[in-house]
Amino acid sequence: MHTVTIRLSHFFIAATFAFSLLFTSHSLAETFNIQQLMQSLAKAKPHHARFTEKKYFALLDEPVESSGELFFVAPDQLEKRTLLPQAETLLVNGNKILIERSNKTYYFTTQNLPELGVLINSIRGTLAGNQSALERSFQLKLTGNNDDWKLQLTPTNEKIQKLIKYIHIAGHQSQIESIEVFQFDGDRSYMLIQPVKQTQ
Amino acid sequence: MRSGNVAIIAWLLFLLICIAIVSRTQFTTDLSAFLPQTPTAEQQLLMDQIKDGLASRLILVGIEGDNAETRAQLSKLTAQRLRSNPAFIAVNNGESIFTENDQAFLFNNRYLLSPTVTKERFTPQGLHDAISESITLLASPAGLMIKNMLPQDPTGEMMQLLTQMSHERQPELNEGVWVSKNGDRALMLVQTKALGSDTDAQQRAILSIQQAFNAAKVDMLKITSDSKLNAKLVMTGPSVFTVNARDSIKKQVFRLSVIGILLISTLLLLVYRSFTALVLGLLPVLTGALAGIAIVSITFGMIHGITLGFGTALIGEAIDYSIYLFVQSESGKASQQDWMKRFWPTIRLGVMTSICGFASLLFSGFPGLAQLGLYAISGLVTAAIVTRFVLPHLLPSSFHIHDMSVIGEYLSKKVKQAQLLFWPAIALLIFACLIVLSQRNEIWSKNIASLSPVSQADIALDTQLRADVGAPDVRYMVVVSANNMESALQASEQVSALLQLQIDDENIANYESPSRYLPSKQTQHARQDSIPNATSLSNNLVQALIDLPIQPEKLAPFIQDASEAKDQPLLQTTDLKDTSMAMALEGLLLNRGSKWNALLPLTALKDKEINASKIRQALLAAQLNNVVIIDLKTESDKLYASYMQEAISYSLIGLATIITLLMFVFKSIPQLLRVILPLAAAVLSVTAALTILGHQLIILHLVGLLLVVAVGSNYALFFNQSSLSARTLTSMLFANLTTVIGFGILAFSNVTILQALGITVAPGVILALLYSIIFAKKHDA
Repeated sequence: MHTVTIRLSHFFIAATFAFSLLFTSHSLAETFNIQQLMQSLAKAKPHHARFTEKKYFALLDEPVESSGELFFVAPDQLEKRTLLPQAETLLVNGNKILIERSNKTYYFTTQNLPELGVLINSIRGTLAGNQSALERSFQLKLTGNNDDWKLQLTPTNEKIQKLIKYIHIAGHQSQIESIEVFQFDGDRSYMLIQPVKQTQ
Repeated sequence: MRSGNVAIIAWLLFLLICIAIVSRTQFTTDLSAFLPQTPTAEQQLLMDQIKDGLASRLILVGIEGDNAETRAQLSKLTAQRLRSNPAFIAVNNGESIFTENDQAFLFNNRYLLSPTVTKERFTPQGLHDAISESITLLASPAGLMIKNMLPQDPTGEMMQLLTQMSHERQPELNEGVWVSKNGDRALMLVQTKALGSDTDAQQRAILSIQQAFNAAKVDMLKITSDSKLNAKLVMTGPSVFTVNARDSIKKQVFRLSVIGILLISTLLLLVYRSFTALVLGLLPVLTGALAGIAIVSITFGMIHGITLGFGTALIGEAIDYSIYLFVQSESGKASQQDWMKRFWPTIRLGVMTSICGFASLLFSGFPGLAQLGLYAISGLVTAAIVTRFVLPHLLPSSFHIHDMSVIGEYLSKKVKQAQLLFWPAIALLIFACLIVLSQRNEIWSKNIASLSPVSQADIALDTQLRADVGAPDVRYMVVVSANNMESALQASEQVSALLQLQIDDENIANYESPSRYLPSKQTQHARQDSIPNATSLSNNLVQALIDLPIQPEKLAPFIQDASEAKDQPLLQTTDLKDTSMAMALEGLLLNRGSKWNALLPLTALKDKEINASKIRQALLAAQLNNVVIIDLKTESDKLYASYMQEAISYSLIGLATIITLLMFVFKSIPQLLRVILPLAAAVLSVTAALTILGHQLIILHLVGLLLVVAVGSNYALFFNQSSLSARTLTSMLFANLTTVIGFGILAFSNVTILQALGITVAPGVILALLYSIIFAKKHDA
């Protein structure tokens, strides 16, 4: 028997990026660059979206699918509410991570997953419009144009590189449409996002 | 003169013996002196927890000052040094040092540890259910934890174990280390190897932490551009308290004694204007103090710091006897003979009432109180005997002290005027009675912590650090007693099964059990037996996977791991080495000789008290013998309440004895009342005043009130005499002043129990004197 290190990281990278980039309603300026993208993300307000996610594992013959809703409350509360195939809630608040599933609650902290602590903090940096914090953990590359852009995030931390090759976030104007996480071992996940219009 | 020489030689011999004993006396400061000598089973457990429990070996460390980054770096550097020090079992500052070892232990032994490992688990149906659950989990955020494990652990045993050990209470994390809620303090939890009751070892451990921190600061200065670091270390925890208390009691007892002796000496020097008189006057006191320590030391095998502190105050009381002798007698042998005839019976009666008061403490089931009683009796009796039988022989023939007739005459005048205060005093007394009566349920403190020699500031820091770390405040625990480890663990497993039902019933949130980390051999065997052989398991797996999206060959590692687990050696305590669970096990599974105890602490749900009687009933119904649920808070409160009750009833017995004694001497009720009234008035007034000022009275206040009666009885007895000379008045004034000084100094101590004594006795004796004057028989000549 050999040991296995438990990694929640894959999910968080995908999820937190989804959260951080999802909720923008400001149209982007004509000259499209990362700085402007970050600035508009910084002005994100509490929002709400639906998601469907497919995860592809080498281990399994077919992908596993899930769907549900996403919420973000500034400054640091993220919630992923999965409804199918099984109800489950994930809540990130401060450095505390809570997963509720089949009447059981699992508590984690970013300290259980130190490399993730760095990530979550830098993502909060993004939400606060702090581009430099983000650039401490990732190399950012923006391609496309205002109507069809794609942001690629490549981890700079060696430990995290062993988990995640890169993340693609695609959107048009201020809308995020998908988040795709490419893992080091070839597994990947694809999350499709549709914002729920806020009733004023 | 011959009898005088005999007395002096006997006294010198006695002094030598006392000094020999005192020099070998052991000195303690922990709470143990205030724990019962003959405890009940529950009290014994409570005491074990207080003295040597897991909590008693925990030191909470905070790093304050400078910025968060510096604090975090200092925390890491300090922890790194401490981890290589064998004096510490565990050093946790939030860094994931143990995480890998912990996970390896759990994963490698999952088939022996997981409660879901049963025969049904490995049937085709059981495997199908467990594996489809795991696949569903893959889709969820929690699923990413199991992705890499799935080929080896498709039934999710590891997840079972992690669920059990998942805790809500974790400190915040910043810069990779634990920090307080507001973020301005880095936190660390340190577990010492030494027992909590080993104060010397704890003191060394505390010193090591301070040194590691200082060294970390030096290292930091090398790598940063800062020229100076302001960060400082704060520490708390039971052992820190004990060590600090010992230190401060040691220092204070010394300092208070020196200040007390200096002040009293200065006063006496001003009064006597004679060095000889001063030195001679101190002899009975010093003999009394030495005798007190020696006798307590012989009787109890050691002396508590508090007893010594008390001793310093007693100096002010014991010196009264020599003051009476010097001031009341004229110079010359004849007048000393006269003094012995006229005043000695009164003083002797005063000493006897004191003995009666303190004798009641001797029978206390709590060594601390009995020590105080014994010390007071032996000290006072010795001082009185030396004053009476030795001191007169030591006085030079030319001995005389400064003439104080001016003071005496002035006092006589004032005393006559004092009678005018009779009715105001009565009014004040009625007011005091009303306060005491109306507050009678609030007067006594019901909290055992009030006895602790720990200062309020230390307690406040402790509360704050504890809240920051989220250290569990263990109140309820189920305790298993057994003759060997295996039985203790088996019983823990039975109790665990019951407690699991209590979780489902929403009576408790969670529980801890040593059997979680180390199942009994019986259970480990049963789990191994429930795993089929490799061939059957493979067959079952193929059937289980028919309608699942995973191919059997991908789960080959599972077959291999399960088969290996079937034959692996059973887990022992040593297998937990280098994991954080070793520490947990050590705190939950206690061994004392041939006696084993397993502790299962319970965690309450948020905003809901645990219903202990429900659990008690469940334990009874399951006919689990040698298993009890104890509520540490109720238990310690009960302990303290019984302690308080005992002290109060002994004091009442003491009071009754004093009254009987005085009745026997006076054979007159009005005379008796005249002595008792001023004393009762003083006690009531002090109690009322303390209550108004917001002090809840503890045992030491009660001891103080006893002292007020003991000291005040002398005044009351003198004022009860048929004639009261100006000399007697003068002597009482100075006797009173020395007592007030001796105890008044204690009032400035920051050791709460010494302070309690001081603030009771100092005002109490002043009041006793005033009331004695006011209520005295009219002596108009």
